[in-house]
Amino acid sequence: MNNDYEKLSPEALRRIDREVAKYPADQTQSAVMAALVIAQDEKGWLPKETIAAVANYLGMAPMAAYEVASFYNMYDLHPVGKYKITVCTNLPCALSGGVHAADYVKTKLGIDFNETTADGKFTLKEGECMGACGDAPVMLVNNKRMCSFMLPDEIDKLLAECK
Amino acid sequence: MALIDTINPLLTTGWAKGDAGWSLKDYEARGGYKQLRRVLESRMSQDDLIAEVKKSVLRGRGGAGFPTGLKWSFMPKAAPVKYVVCNTDEGEPGTFKDRDLMRFDPHSVIEGMIIAGYAVGAKAGYNYIHGEIFEAYQRFEEALDQARAAGYLGDNILGSGFSFDLFAHHGWGAYICGEETGLLESIEGKKGQPRYKPPFPANFGLYGKPTTINNTETFAAIPFILGMGGEAYLNLGKPNNGGTKLFSVSGHVNRPGNFEVPMGTPFAKLLEMAGGMRGGRKLKAVIPGGSSAPVLPANVIMDCTMDYDSIAKAGSMLGSGAVIVMDETVCMVKALERLSYFYYEESCGQCTPCREGSGWLYRVVHRIEHGEGRPEDLDLLNRVTDNMMGKTICALADAAAFPVRSFIKHFQSEFEYHIENKKCLVDPEVQRMGSGFFKAGNV
Repeated sequence: MNNDYEKLSPEALRRIDREVAKYPADQTQSAVMAALVIAQDEKGWLPKETIAAVANYLGMAPMAAYEVASFYNMYDLHPVGKYKITVCTNLPCALSGGVHAADYVKTKLGIDFNETTADGKFTLKEGECMGACGDAPVMLVNNKRMCSFMLPDEIDKLLAECK
Repeated sequence: MALIDTINPLLTTGWAKGDAGWSLKDYEARGGYKQLRRVLESRMSQDDLIAEVKKSVLRGRGGAGFPTGLKWSFMPKAAPVKYVVCNTDEGEPGTFKDRDLMRFDPHSVIEGMIIAGYAVGAKAGYNYIHGEIFEAYQRFEEALDQARAAGYLGDNILGSGFSFDLFAHHGWGAYICGEETGLLESIEGKKGQPRYKPPFPANFGLYGKPTTINNTETFAAIPFILGMGGEAYLNLGKPNNGGTKLFSVSGHVNRPGNFEVPMGTPFAKLLEMAGGMRGGRKLKAVIPGGSSAPVLPANVIMDCTMDYDSIAKAGSMLGSGAVIVMDETVCMVKALERLSYFYYEESCGQCTPCREGSGWLYRVVHRIEHGEGRPEDLDLLNRVTDNMMGKTICALADAAAFPVRSFIKHFQSEFEYHIENKKCLVDPEVQRMGSGFFKAGNV
C-alpha cells in the first residue's frame, strides 16, 4: 500500500484519466467521485492530503472535493480495517434477519458498528439499503463485493475467508 | 436466481440463463438491437417514435409513474446539446429490480437509452448506478464496450448518421441521488443536493442542458414497446397502466425476489407467486411501493390489484414496485423506527423542515419503541409531518412523513399500547424468530 498520501500512483492517475474521458472536456469535476474511489482503493482510506491531491489533479478546489468525500457514505475519511464489512439493517433486510446478522458479526468479532478489531483486520459498519433486499441478509465487503443470504454458516465462512 | 416467477415475461425474457445470458451475442439472439436498427434504417421521425411510446401508456418505473412519452415530448427541439440520463440509483428500501436488469439484461437498457437519445435529439447519455452494486456497474461497463465495438454506440451508428455515446457513472452511497436533480448534481461532481424546480430537467438538466431522465426499467421497456407496438403493450396491462411491471417482493414470504407480471395483477396472485407467507403465518401489513409509500393493512392490500390507480385508490403508491411484506411477528413501532432512522440518516440537510423534521420523527418514534413514549407523542408526530410535507425542495420530507402518518393511522392501537405499557405488543421472542435467521442448531 502506498503511504505517501499526497501523491497518487501513475496507475491511479491513468484510471482517473479514463473516468475524465467520460465527460465533456470542460467538466472534469464530474470525475471526482470516481477519482476519490480510485484514491481510496489505493490508500485504504481518504486522508485530507489525498483528497487535496485528487482535487488538484482535476483542477477543482480541495474543499469542493472534500464536500463530495464527506457527503457520500462509502468514502472512508478515517482509517478502516483490512476488511470493511457493511451490513444492511434497513427494514426489508431486517425482516429477513439483517439486524440479527449484524448482531452475530458483532459477537463474533467483539466489536460494535464503527469499530475496528484490535488486529486491524475488520471494521464493521451499518449500511443503508443496498438494493438487494430479496437476498437478505446482505453484506458488502470493502464496498465492492456483495454477499447474499448471510445466515450464520455463511457469515462464518466469510469471516474465515478474510485472511 | 433473481427472477422467481412471471406471468408474462417481457423485460425478463433474457433473465432465464441468469449470469450466462447477458452478453451482446445472447441479446442479439433474442432479437436485441433489432428495434434500434429499424428506427435508424427507416429514419423514423422523432414525433412518430414519441407517439408510439405515448400510445403504450408506459409510466415511469422509478416511482413517480409519469407518462414517459409525455416526458420525452417536453424536450426542446432546437437545443444543440441535450442529454439522456438513466436513473439506476436504486436505493429505495425494498427495491432491487434495476440491479437485476443491469446484471442479466444490460443491453436492453442500452438499446432503450439509444432509442431515447434518437427520440429527443441527444448525442450523449449517462447511466447513474447505485454505489453499493459495484458488480452491476462493472457488468454495465462491459456491456457498453460490447455495444461500442459492435457499432451500436459512437459516431454514425449503423451508418445512419445518428451519433450517440453512453457512459456509466457510479454513485457511492447517497439515497438522495435517486432524486433526479440530486442525481444530476452528483454527475456534475457535487454533493447530491436536489435543485429547485422549475426549471425542470427538460429545460435545465445536466450541465444546464435539456435532459431526459428515466428509470432503468423504463428504458428497458422501450425496445419491447417498439417491437409489439404501443397499443399491444398497453393492452398487456390495463387502461392508463400499460404493460408489465417488475415487482420486488421482500420480507416475510417464502420466495422473495423479482416477479414480472401484467399491470393490474391481483396482489393475492403476486403473494402466491412469492410462495405465500413464510411459515404459513398471517399477513399483517404491506408497503406496496418502497419504504416511502404509505403502509396498507392486510385486509386493504388483499383487495388491491398491482397498478398505479388501484394502489393510489387504497391510499398508497405503487412507487417503484417494491412490495415489503410483513407478518404478525412484526412490531409496527420497531418497523417504523428503522424507516424513520433511514430518512433521518439520508436527508441531505439543505431544507430545514426535512433536516430537522426527520430527526424529530426518528427520535420520537425511537423513544416510543424504547418505552419512553408520552401520551401526546402521536399528535406530536403528526404535527411534525404537517410541517414537513410539501415544504421542501424535493420529496424526501414527504417520503419520511408518509410512513409515520400511515403507520399511526392504521396501527394506532399498537402505538398506544407501546406508550402505555412501555413494551411491544408483539412478544420480543416472537419478533426474534420471525426473521428466520435463527434456525434449529443456530445461536
